Amino acid sequence: MSRVPRYRGRFGPEQARRLLWRAGFGPRRGQAEKLARLGLDRAVDSLTHPRSRRLKGPAPRDEDGRPLAPRDAWGHDHCWWLDRMVRSQAPLVERMTLVWHDWFATSKSVATTELMLGQNALLRRHALGSFEQLALDVTRDPAMLLWLNGVDNSKWDVNENYARELMELFTLGAGRGYGERDVRELARALTGFAYTWSEGRGPHDFRFDRERFDAGAKRVLGKRGKFDWRDAVRLSVRHRKSPSFVVAKLWGYFIPTPPPRGTARALERMYVAHGRKVRPLLDAILRHPHLYDPGRRMVKPPVVQAAGMLRAVGRGIDTTAWSWLCDQAGQMLFEPPNVSGWDDTRWLDTATFRARWQMAAEICNEARLDDEAKRSGKPAELVRRAARFWDTPLSRTTRGALERYAGAAMAAADQEWEREAYPVLTENALRMLIAVSPDYLTS
Amino acid sequence: MSHDARICCAEHARAGAGLPAIEPGMPTPAGTGLSRRSFLMRSAGLALAVYGAGRLPAFEEGIARAQAGGPGTVLVNVFLDGGADSLSILAPIGDSEYRRLRPTLGIPEGGQAFSEDARLMWNPNAAPLAALHAEGKVSVLPAVGYTSPDQSHFVSRHYWEVGALDAGLRSGWLGRLLDVVGSDDNPLQGVSMGGSLGPSLAATRVPVAAVDAPEDFGFWAPGSWGPPGDLAIPAFADVGRALARSRDPAVAQAARAAAFAGGVRASLAPLGNDGEPTYVPQATYPTAEHRFPKRLAGLAAMLGAGLPVRCATLTAPGAWDTHANQAEEFPQNLKLTADSLFAFQRDLEARGIADRVLTLVWTEFGRRAEENGSGTDHGAAGIGFVIGTRATGRMIGEFPGLASLDPQGNLRATSDFRGLYAALAADWFGVDPAAVLPGGGGFPRPAVVR
Repeated sequence: MSRVPRYRGRFGPEQARRLLWRAGFGPRRGQAEKLARLGLDRAVDSLTHPRSRRLKGPAPRDEDGRPLAPRDAWGHDHCWWLDRMVRSQAPLVERMTLVWHDWFATSKSVATTELMLGQNALLRRHALGSFEQLALDVTRDPAMLLWLNGVDNSKWDVNENYARELMELFTLGAGRGYGERDVRELARALTGFAYTWSEGRGPHDFRFDRERFDAGAKRVLGKRGKFDWRDAVRLSVRHRKSPSFVVAKLWGYFIPTPPPRGTARALERMYVAHGRKVRPLLDAILRHPHLYDPGRRMVKPPVVQAAGMLRAVGRGIDTTAWSWLCDQAGQMLFEPPNVSGWDDTRWLDTATFRARWQMAAEICNEARLDDEAKRSGKPAELVRRAARFWDTPLSRTTRGALERYAGAAMAAADQEWEREAYPVLTENALRMLIAVSPDYLTS
Repeated sequence: MSHDARICCAEHARAGAGLPAIEPGMPTPAGTGLSRRSFLMRSAGLALAVYGAGRLPAFEEGIARAQAGGPGTVLVNVFLDGGADSLSILAPIGDSEYRRLRPTLGIPEGGQAFSEDARLMWNPNAAPLAALHAEGKVSVLPAVGYTSPDQSHFVSRHYWEVGALDAGLRSGWLGRLLDVVGSDDNPLQGVSMGGSLGPSLAATRVPVAAVDAPEDFGFWAPGSWGPPGDLAIPAFADVGRALARSRDPAVAQAARAAAFAGGVRASLAPLGNDGEPTYVPQATYPTAEHRFPKRLAGLAAMLGAGLPVRCATLTAPGAWDTHANQAEEFPQNLKLTADSLFAFQRDLEARGIADRVLTLVWTEFGRRAEENGSGTDHGAAGIGFVIGTRATGRMIGEFPGLASLDPQGNLRATSDFRGLYAALAADWFGVDPAAVLPGGGGFPRPAVVR
């Protein structure tokens, strides 16, 4: 039986930086060097077995210095979670919470913000835990019951919405091991949920109501029985096609190319042997050679980049602009585009590129060098300083293009005052150019 | 472009004084009747973009060249996301099964009759479409789909986006069309009006773009101005061009986005800045929170300005996946969509460019004929429209009736979307459908263009 290969190359700051971007939200200043000193094993362990889940640093504020009101004010929910990404001492827990939000994508466009925050706590609780327990709890989660019409599904009026997505998107994959008949029968097993709605309180008192449940026999995925919602979830999660789906999907959040066949099989066995727990999978994936392959870069999701930029410059949430900035970049938390989540293969086009520019401008505007700063006008020196601002290395190609820009900008200085002023203006612009360079948009 | 654009760009060109000259070997815009100098004058920031042009051509120049080639036909692709309930848009009130299947959601009588099939009635919220239909400008596909319909949103939408029943195909049908009719230096030829790129535009060879609004595509570098600030835009495009052919797909995606954005920025500059349009819509669009009407107005202005757009994609407002509460959400979504499309058509007509624009409205499937209580579940055949002065205005495929549903209780398709695509490729773009659609010659091609 093949095993999961393990990375044996150098584990320096560059690899640690990659690990922190993939399994978290990028390094704070100096963090990559510190993590590198631990070596690969202890570095990965520090992520998969975090010693503290506490948040570190000043509490988030809006632009007027007031505490956030995530339940009440538009965009504050997004910033509330973004703040956790910036300040968490357990970045992988926060990153996996984001993975589950994408996996079981639910939107406040249907559920209430209050319920979304409840679901968020649920996802965080299960972040590194059992996939089966997570799927069970998500199935009866109030936000999900509203979002995919679980509460509209009764023995009198069968609503297929959740049954279909449970198999297609959450546990098996489109058309893998089930047919239209299974969708309809599984929907019957999932009947019975109810809730109450009232003026003022909104939707509440989510419950299982025997009256609404179809107690008859169902034929699902080749099995027959008087299945209920728990059976429905277990039938899907324990189906023979599910481990390969879970492993490949989870892998895809960390590594852009599919797992080699042997690795995939080994991970699937590991997953089943460990009672469908996720932590052992993460332990293996985060040590896999492909994670550290320089030729396998991934585009940073918008909220990951936003949190990472804030971490890099040591800034917290002090404006709710991050909600619309991330929205324009294509990732508003608690509002994924649809039940299949965000499309991780298409983060960047001309519109979302501009939004990344604006995210960078939010950082750079606060941190801009003032006109009095003294700078050498040497292009290489200007580029080096700007890269240090983000604490990021640059490829030779990018550095070359940026130095050409700096040279052209400085060459435009004819007057004495221009020769003095342009280095600062150029370095400010270089920070922007680095933030939107392919080097920094990917990790 | 206008005289004003020339003035604005002359200033930009001055700001670029001191740059290296145009690289030797850069292609000249042959056959356009325009000298290189005039390109430099017409396209904002162009002189700045040309230095060190890297491995891809400067897109400003490509856009200008495409523009100088004269206007081409345009297809506007509007997606109703979630599977719109066709039986509530053209309601079969004359079908004896309708009231039984739709006891609560059936559309009450009183709407305008559909002149091509006495059983069908326009939903009153779709009255603007009925009006355009009466003018002969709407071809209706009352039951469009494909054989062995898939009831997954994502699978079925994917089929429509890629133009084939192929779950593994990664390029979009409009992208492949642009691979044939487009050029490798004009990202505006395929543009998504909205926050992100429509999957149907995914090309294999040529660049495409996404723009929320033409007046909202500026780039400002804090703490930088004068030449260092002005040069920053061509500089990010330059970094992008240098890495656009990276073998790493993530790097290439980031690099191409940067390179294309630089070119698009220059072309859109004359239409507005900082969110302030300098164009005036030539029709009254509905006011709404959703940006759909604004995006259509912006697109009309871009087309009116002669920008070389060939395919544009938009997503219509609202969620059409009405599993529940259909009676509350559906009517307002339909009304806003129909009102906006009507204004867009009038805008194009007022600008005198309606004869070169067709609008295709589609959705990934229709919905189950029998309601589920307060909503409808996923169905099979759905509804489509082709709108424009050059549309034939005749129904494509007939309404199959509710007495002959498929075994799952869904409407059967009477036309195939691949035949529709083939007709648009051949008759609207003059492209051999086989070059765009896998097995593209195989489907009967309806008469959609007059």
